[in-house]
Amino acid sequence: MTQDESAQQAPGGTAGGDHPAITVRPGFRQAGTGTREKVFELRDLSVHYGDAPAVQEITMDVFRNDITALIGPSGCGKSTLIRCLNRMNDLIPSARVEGQVLYHGEDLYAPSVDPVQVRKLIGMVFQKPNPFPKSIYDNIAFGPRVLGMSGDMAVIVERALRRAALWDEVKDRLDANAYSVSGGQQQRLCIARCIAVEPDVILMDEPCSALDPISTGKIEDLMAELKEHYSIVIVTHNMQQAARVSDRTAFLMVELDSSEQHRWGRIIEYDVTERIFTNPSDQRTEDYVTGKVG
Amino acid sequence: MGAFEPRTARAEIAVAGARGVTAEVLSTQPRKEVIRNAVFAAILFLALALALAGLGLLIGKNVVDGHSRLNLDLITNNNSSDPLHAGLRNAIVGTLWIIAFVLLFLIPLGVGAAIFLEEYGSRGSRFTRMIDLNVQNLAGVPSIIYGLLGLEFVARAPLNLGYVVLAASLTLTLLVLPVVILASREAIRAVPDSIREGSMALGATKWQTIRRQVLPASIAGIATGVTLATSRAIGETAPLIPLGAATFLTFVPSGPGSEFTAMPVTIFNWVKQPQPEFQTLAAAGIVLLIALLVALNSFAIWLRNRYEQRW
Repeated sequence: MTQDESAQQAPGGTAGGDHPAITVRPGFRQAGTGTREKVFELRDLSVHYGDAPAVQEITMDVFRNDITALIGPSGCGKSTLIRCLNRMNDLIPSARVEGQVLYHGEDLYAPSVDPVQVRKLIGMVFQKPNPFPKSIYDNIAFGPRVLGMSGDMAVIVERALRRAALWDEVKDRLDANAYSVSGGQQQRLCIARCIAVEPDVILMDEPCSALDPISTGKIEDLMAELKEHYSIVIVTHNMQQAARVSDRTAFLMVELDSSEQHRWGRIIEYDVTERIFTNPSDQRTEDYVTGKVG
Repeated sequence: MGAFEPRTARAEIAVAGARGVTAEVLSTQPRKEVIRNAVFAAILFLALALALAGLGLLIGKNVVDGHSRLNLDLITNNNSSDPLHAGLRNAIVGTLWIIAFVLLFLIPLGVGAAIFLEEYGSRGSRFTRMIDLNVQNLAGVPSIIYGLLGLEFVARAPLNLGYVVLAASLTLTLLVLPVVILASREAIRAVPDSIREGSMALGATKWQTIRRQVLPASIAGIATGVTLATSRAIGETAPLIPLGAATFLTFVPSGPGSEFTAMPVTIFNWVKQPQPEFQTLAAAGIVLLIALLVALNSFAIWLRNRYEQRW
C-alpha cells in the first residue's frame, strides 16, 4: 500500500491550539484513493420520512476494508444514512429513498434487487444489544440456519465466536440463555451473530453507546481485527471513538430550511480521519471536533 | 458519630426545638390519613371477600346437595331417564368431541388472524382499525346469538351440517375466536421490534422472522389465551341449545357427524326434571364442571407464570 504524505505523522495532532488533543491511532493511514476498491458509492442520496427530509444530497465513497465513521450532532441523520446501506429503511413504511446507493457498482435500490439478499451481504449491529431469547449457540446458528448455509454448525458457531473475541468467555456455556451474559458480551454476541452469515460489510449503529468503557475498549480492539476481513461503517456520537478507530470520517450536520419547519442532515466534510481531526477543511468541522459546538 | 451536643443554653433551646419538630413530623401521621387508609383497605377487602363468598356459597351449596352422587358412577354412566343410574359419561364424551374440533379450527384461525393483524397489517390504517373494532365487538355478543347464527348457517343451509358435533364446534369456535385473537395479538405485540430488526438484518425473510423468532417468543401468551378460550367454550350452554344439544341423549356421541350433548346442557336438563334425584345429580354435575374449569384456568395461569417471556 502506498503511503501518502499523511503517513507516519505523529499521533496527538490537535485542531485548534488550546483544546485537548484528540489522539489518532497510528497505523490507520490511507493509501491514495485512486486504486482502492469502493464498496459503496453514494450519489445524491436523500431520505424523506413522509414529507420531512432526514438527510439530503449525501455523496461519498466507502472503501474496502476501511472503517468509515459517521459523526455529527444528534438528529443529523447518521442512523438514517447507515440504514440505507442495507435497506433497513424499507421496514419503515413512510421512508422514501432518492438518489443512488451503489454497492460494488450495483444499484442497491434497483427494482430487481431483493432486500433480503442485500442484508445477507451487509450486516448490522444495533445500538442496544438485541440478542434473541434463545441460547448463545442458537443465536449464532440462527443466521446460518435460515440462510441455508452448509457446513458443520458447531464449526460455524465457534469460528464466529472466535472472530468476535467471545469464544473463550462462553465456550463452556453455549447453551446458556443469551441474556445471562453482560451487556458488553451481548453486543459481541450480536457481532458474532452478524459475522456468522459471512457478510461483506458490517454496519454498526452506535454499537458502544449502551456499554461501559471497558466493553467499549474491547469492541474497538475487535473492530481493528475485523477490518481485515470486512468493511465497517460505524455511526458514533463519540468523536474520540471515531478518531481512535476509523480510517475515514464523514462529518454531518443539521440544516434548517428557510421556514425552520424541516431539518435534515448533510455531509459537511468527508476525509481521512486524521485530517478531519487535525486539519479539517471546513470551519464547521473544526468547530465540532474541537468541541466549540454541539 | 456522636449526636450533636449544644454547648450554650441558647443552642440547647434551638436544637431541642429543631429536633422536636423533626421527631414529630417523622413519627406521627395525621389521624385523618390513618383512618382513611384503613377504611379504604377495608372496603377493597370487602369487595374481594364478597366475590369469593359468592363463589364459595355456590360451590358449597352444590357440594352439600350433590355429595351423595359425587362418585365414579357420575362419570361412567350414561344419561338415562332413571335418575338412580344416570351419569355424565355421554355428555363428557360429547364435550370432548366438541372441544377437539374447536381447537382444530380455533388455533389456526385465531393465531393466523393475530399474525396477520400484527405483522402484515399496517398499524393504524383504517382497515386494521375497523377489524380491531369488530373483533372487540364480537367478544361482547351474547352467546345465544352465536347459537342462532350456527342454527341458521351451519346446521341448516347453506352448510347443512345438521344437528351434529361439527356444527357445535364451528359455532363455539366463532364464539371464542375473539378471545384467542386478542390474547395472541397481545403476546405478539409484546415481542420487541428490536428482535425483528435483528432477525431481518441477518437476511431472514419476514416469514422466517415470524415463524422462528416472533411465534416462539409469544407462544406462552398464545397458549394461555387458547386455554382460557377452551375453558369458556366448555361452560357454554345457550349456544348449544338451538343446535340440538338439549335432546335427551342416552348414547355416546361417536364422532363429528354424530348427534350430541354436552356437560352443561345435560346438567341444565337435569335441573328441569321434576324428580328430586335429578336435582341431586345436577348439583353433583355442577361441582364436577366447576372443578374442571378451575383446573383448566389454573393450568392457564401456571403456563403463563412458568413460560412467560419477560422483556
